[in-house]
Amino acid sequence: MSNLSNLSNLRKGSNKTLTRQGSLIVVDVDRAIRLGTLFVVEARLRTMAKWILSLLTSSLLNPFFYLMSLGIGVGTFINARAGTAGIDGEKYIVFLAPALLAAVAIQDFMSEVTFPVLQGFKWDKTYFAMNATPLGGRQIALGTYFSSALRTIGSILIYFAVLVAFGAVQPGRAWPMMLTSFYAAACFAAVMLAAAAASENDDLFLNLMGRLLIMPLFLFSGTFYPLTSMPIVLQAIGWISPLWHSTELGRWVSYGHHISGTMIFIHFAYLAAMLVGGLLWAFNRFEYRLSK
Amino acid sequence: MPTEKSDELITAKGLSKLYGDFVAVNGIDFSVHKGESFGFLGPNGAGKSTIMRIIAATLTRTSGEITVLGKDPADRGPEIRAHLGVVPQQDNLDQALSVTDNLYIYGRYFGLSRKFINAKIEELLDFAQLTEKRDAKVEMLSGGMKRRLTIARALISEPEILMLDEPTTGLDPQARHILWDRLFRLKEQGVTLLITTHYMDEAEQLCDRLMVLDKGSIMAEDSPAGLIKKYVTKEVLEVRFGSERNAEVSEQLGALCARIEVLPDRILMYADDAEKVLEEIHKSGLHPVTSLVRRSSLEDVFLRLTGRTLVE
Repeated sequence: MSNLSNLSNLRKGSNKTLTRQGSLIVVDVDRAIRLGTLFVVEARLRTMAKWILSLLTSSLLNPFFYLMSLGIGVGTFINARAGTAGIDGEKYIVFLAPALLAAVAIQDFMSEVTFPVLQGFKWDKTYFAMNATPLGGRQIALGTYFSSALRTIGSILIYFAVLVAFGAVQPGRAWPMMLTSFYAAACFAAVMLAAAAASENDDLFLNLMGRLLIMPLFLFSGTFYPLTSMPIVLQAIGWISPLWHSTELGRWVSYGHHISGTMIFIHFAYLAAMLVGGLLWAFNRFEYRLSK
Repeated sequence: MPTEKSDELITAKGLSKLYGDFVAVNGIDFSVHKGESFGFLGPNGAGKSTIMRIIAATLTRTSGEITVLGKDPADRGPEIRAHLGVVPQQDNLDQALSVTDNLYIYGRYFGLSRKFINAKIEELLDFAQLTEKRDAKVEMLSGGMKRRLTIARALISEPEILMLDEPTTGLDPQARHILWDRLFRLKEQGVTLLITTHYMDEAEQLCDRLMVLDKGSIMAEDSPAGLIKKYVTKEVLEVRFGSERNAEVSEQLGALCARIEVLPDRILMYADDAEKVLEEIHKSGLHPVTSLVRRSSLEDVFLRLTGRTLVE
């Protein structure tokens, strides 16, 4: 029975042969090498397109619930206590908005450069399949990074629109905070891209990321209250946190929060160091993992 | 078989790969000619996959020389990979994407145009018998289907060399036969195949020329038939006297054949006429519990060369 079924299955196959000119003719090697990063971006966008509905829904619901619960709910209580002085001279929701935008940008960018990297190296090993083509480690890293950047831009735009709808920001004045949020997210994501590529133990990495990184940074980065209101020891967490640097810049551009010129330089420079150091580390780890 | 130098797609001399003190590949020489089907046969850990990765420019050699399509993989990796189709030991398809999307994005990695890829996808789906599954997500496919998709994916760029690392490991017999059929067709079209396997039947079916490897070194190299002719007799008689008596009778049996191998569960007696040897055994008053006359295989060659069986 099994032999008969074998034969029948073999016969089902087409007898057509594949047309063939050969890769020496059909593959433009220079083009493949030159545009490799773009092809990785295209592939990842195609994958993301499969989840477009859930991406859009979460991008809309996330700011909606945060603003309802914290901006309006907690905000009503804080505004009543703070009186006319407000927080940093503003209503709580205005104070909160740059921090929330910075936080969502950082979280989305971070997710997009960590889970696909774990999938690529560990779960499905798709990066090894990509590396069997003209693509090299640096192109795969950059393609992952740039496609994540595009997704983050989408999240920031949606979040900003919801902030405007809630009256948390004045779009004409506050729009540059989209740029500062994106800048900080992009810088920190470079480090996370490398960290994910360096991680051999995915469970440990995800646990550390969730428990020791995301939550503490969210709570101790001056997100919900000014960093200076915390004990000096806890303020140190904020100083190393990209979220604090991003939030400070966001508050500066959105409602004129006072920062000295030196601090503005430090915020930008600190984040830039993350970007450069992160990408160099990521290139190194990608090439190492693929050639191990 | 073409043997001119100009037909050589891959040439290696003194190729070695060391991981610390461990020698994975030990100074081997070989060449692969255009249009041939070349196999690396050996047990797990023989160095087959390491050699494949060096050829595919994803692993750097420790010493020796190698050129693939006239280029050194150590410094011309992307250019070489542009002309290879690689089927790894473990499928590394994108599980979240459909069959068609997997083929599409892979074609784009080679810089192929959308028009070319879309036309090629139709051909490859037909070739791999996956037309009906074109929109199915990869995670929904059976093992055999995934393997055929991985092969189809490797063919999207019409590679000069198709490299298959243990192509049928883990597949049921039916899936293996379908896959062999597809590989035969490629071979007929003149695609150069590079195959690693530890299955003797697969090596005999698919390979024009074989290199037998053990512990990173070449034990022998020839066509499957040539290896059998060179290292073993035409036939083998397998006899069993029970695990406790096998060793006891082996000395007496040794005089009846060209060579004898005593394994824990059976005795292999090599002779050009195995039926005659069986008659002699009966005449001598010995009565094996079971006996089997068969043609010699590459398994016997491997046993002869290394003193071990391929799958232990």
